[in-house]
Amino acid sequence: MPEQDPQVRARNFDEVALGYSEDLAVEEATRCLACKNKPCVRGCPVNIDIPAFIQLVAERRFKEAAEVVAQANALAAICGRVCPQEEQCEKYCVMARVNGPVAIGRLERFVADWARENLPQNGDRPQPSPDAQKVAVVGAGPAGLTCAGDLAAKGYRVCVFEALHELGGVLRYGIPEFRLPRSILDAQIESIRRMGVEFYTNTVVGRTFTIQQLLESGFDAVFIGTGAGAPVFLNIPGEELNGVYAANEFLTRVNLMNAKDFPVEGTPLKRPRRCAVIGAGNTAMDAARTALRLGAEEVTIVYRRSREEMPARAEELHHAEEEGVKFQLLTNPVEFIGDENGWLQRMRCIRMELGEPDESGRRRPHPVPGSEFEMEVDTAIIAVGQTPNPLIRQTTEGLAVEKWGGIVVDEKTGATSIPGVFAGGDVATGAATVITAMGAGRRSAIAIDEYLKAKRGTS
Amino acid sequence: MHTDAPHSARKSGDWISGNGHSCRLEGLLNPSSYRFEILEKERLSETVVRMVIRAPLVAASARPGQFLLIRPLEHSERIPLTISHADRSEGAITIIFQEVGATTRELGALKQGQTVKDLVGPLGTPSDIRRFGTVACVGGGVGIAVMLPVARALRQAGNRVVGIIGARTKDLLILEREMSEASDELIVMTDDGSRGGKGLVTDALADLAGRERVDHCYAIGPLPMMHAVCRLTKEKAIPTTVSLDPVMVDGTGMCGGCRVTVGGEAKFTCVDGPEFDGHLVDWDTLRARKSIYRDEERLALEARSGKT
Repeated sequence: MPEQDPQVRARNFDEVALGYSEDLAVEEATRCLACKNKPCVRGCPVNIDIPAFIQLVAERRFKEAAEVVAQANALAAICGRVCPQEEQCEKYCVMARVNGPVAIGRLERFVADWARENLPQNGDRPQPSPDAQKVAVVGAGPAGLTCAGDLAAKGYRVCVFEALHELGGVLRYGIPEFRLPRSILDAQIESIRRMGVEFYTNTVVGRTFTIQQLLESGFDAVFIGTGAGAPVFLNIPGEELNGVYAANEFLTRVNLMNAKDFPVEGTPLKRPRRCAVIGAGNTAMDAARTALRLGAEEVTIVYRRSREEMPARAEELHHAEEEGVKFQLLTNPVEFIGDENGWLQRMRCIRMELGEPDESGRRRPHPVPGSEFEMEVDTAIIAVGQTPNPLIRQTTEGLAVEKWGGIVVDEKTGATSIPGVFAGGDVATGAATVITAMGAGRRSAIAIDEYLKAKRGTS
Repeated sequence: MHTDAPHSARKSGDWISGNGHSCRLEGLLNPSSYRFEILEKERLSETVVRMVIRAPLVAASARPGQFLLIRPLEHSERIPLTISHADRSEGAITIIFQEVGATTRELGALKQGQTVKDLVGPLGTPSDIRRFGTVACVGGGVGIAVMLPVARALRQAGNRVVGIIGARTKDLLILEREMSEASDELIVMTDDGSRGGKGLVTDALADLAGRERVDHCYAIGPLPMMHAVCRLTKEKAIPTTVSLDPVMVDGTGMCGGCRVTVGGEAKFTCVDGPEFDGHLVDWDTLRARKSIYRDEERLALEARSGKT
């Protein structure tokens, strides 16, 4: 797939991957063998009929291809861009053993983009019937949007409540626009709005009102998709220094608040010059590549394990390297050191070596005694993970939660310990991917539909 | 697996006007509840503005000590402001703010009848209103507006409230009448002696502690004032609560930008606070963190004054 030149794109916020042309898409689609047992579909959390849509692309029947995808996935233009296909559908593609898997993700993106650009966007907004049962969805991220869209399609009246002033959750505040352009996100949300979903921003459920209040105020069911938005810090000395950020804050300032356009935009951000990003997941890559685009001279990923254990997608890692991000592997920060005014100046690190595998199956890193050294940095971005926000669990009586803070759910349905309350996505699983959250939103929509039918039958 | 207990039953004082608990949301969950119209606007001093804004959902659940985040215009920053008053029958909240930076000036430039772009709340943990005995409520500058609802609630809970409010000079002193009504006794201090006693609020607090037993102290105002009050009350072993306002983005515990060191631990002001034990706050770190964007604040002001 064509991409922007790494040297050029490392200094702009335009999308990196440029997408297939029609001819390229058809060429790629013809590689698909249309296996009868559809191994690829097994790897898709939302069960798109992958061989069917790819065959349609090969026959240049793009409109029908888009319809097949849209049936299973209302957010295909997003998934085609941010899904880890290499661990999902493409992992099971029989062509993987021949000359590489069929580029299913890129084809998904192509048909979703083609449909948006070439088909009239349906303007009529279906009204749920006056006696339709009501569902509240908490959080307008991937899980909530999917659940809301599916339930609206089934005829329910759906209200989505979002804490921030814009919709999209992590798709808005977390994923940078060079990976997911804002226009694509806006169009996808608009398509869900057109399905009849009502959106309320500026609403912090747990503070503005509670889950209990929703249930007492005419909502027949609630879906909680509040994600894993609370940052994890390292708990090492000096973390309070100016210049040390949680990745969440750094990315939110840029993505949600447009701080790159300060002072036209009101939200400021210190431009990083020498920047360390701690962690090696997708969020770390996003933060590192964002720092480059803000003009940083040097951006270094600091990670305590080796390349093999990095949780980031291969493609993200590859893009970061191409753009000039450096790597300090087997390295762990032990202290941030500041100047007399509280500004970060240096980061003290220690070298690590890998020992026996730990409970995650990855080899456990151990510090190498006497190997401390210092890096000169003015910005350090901590991207070592996120946990669910505690607000909902603190304010919802009777909601069972795991020790680590996630909501306890039935894996198949998302049902929580409270009848009529369902949950899914990162708030139930811990930080995972956009598509797993969407899969959970979809499964809960099915379960909520069954729950509400039963409720109506008995009442 | 375990179940977190919900927040302990919230206590409130003389805070809610109109008749009480609207637990049910019916009638409030519609787009008009999200049209944040400025119902009243009043200038309390040259730079301090009081605004009553329609926000029925926020008013219905707000408690003393809580704040909201407000974004006056499409391109504005999100800034935290304490809720000074919540009127449930009117579905409105009152904020009092000083025009110091670009965003507070953008807010202050809006007129009655206009709307603010975004407003979300109530945020933060409500004040822990208890019966302490005698409570000194020390408010400085625009912090008096934050102090007022807490003082009212403390008095309602049966405390003897001694209000101590201060400003540089008479023209900058706000809410004297309201604080007087909320207190059993009110002491006014100005730096230049143009109103009340001449000197600092800490002078008045030292006097008070010299002549009677003070069981608890609330201190809300500029950082140096709160720090000075805490030094004094620590010496006199008077437990002290302060309300902090560091840099904040989302206000829901998401960004970690508002972290402060309290008792050696990192706390998020937006969810763990905004009120903390003043004797445990690391004031030097807080001072540094509050100054992160000082240069940018100047730039933002220049950019905006250039445009108008």
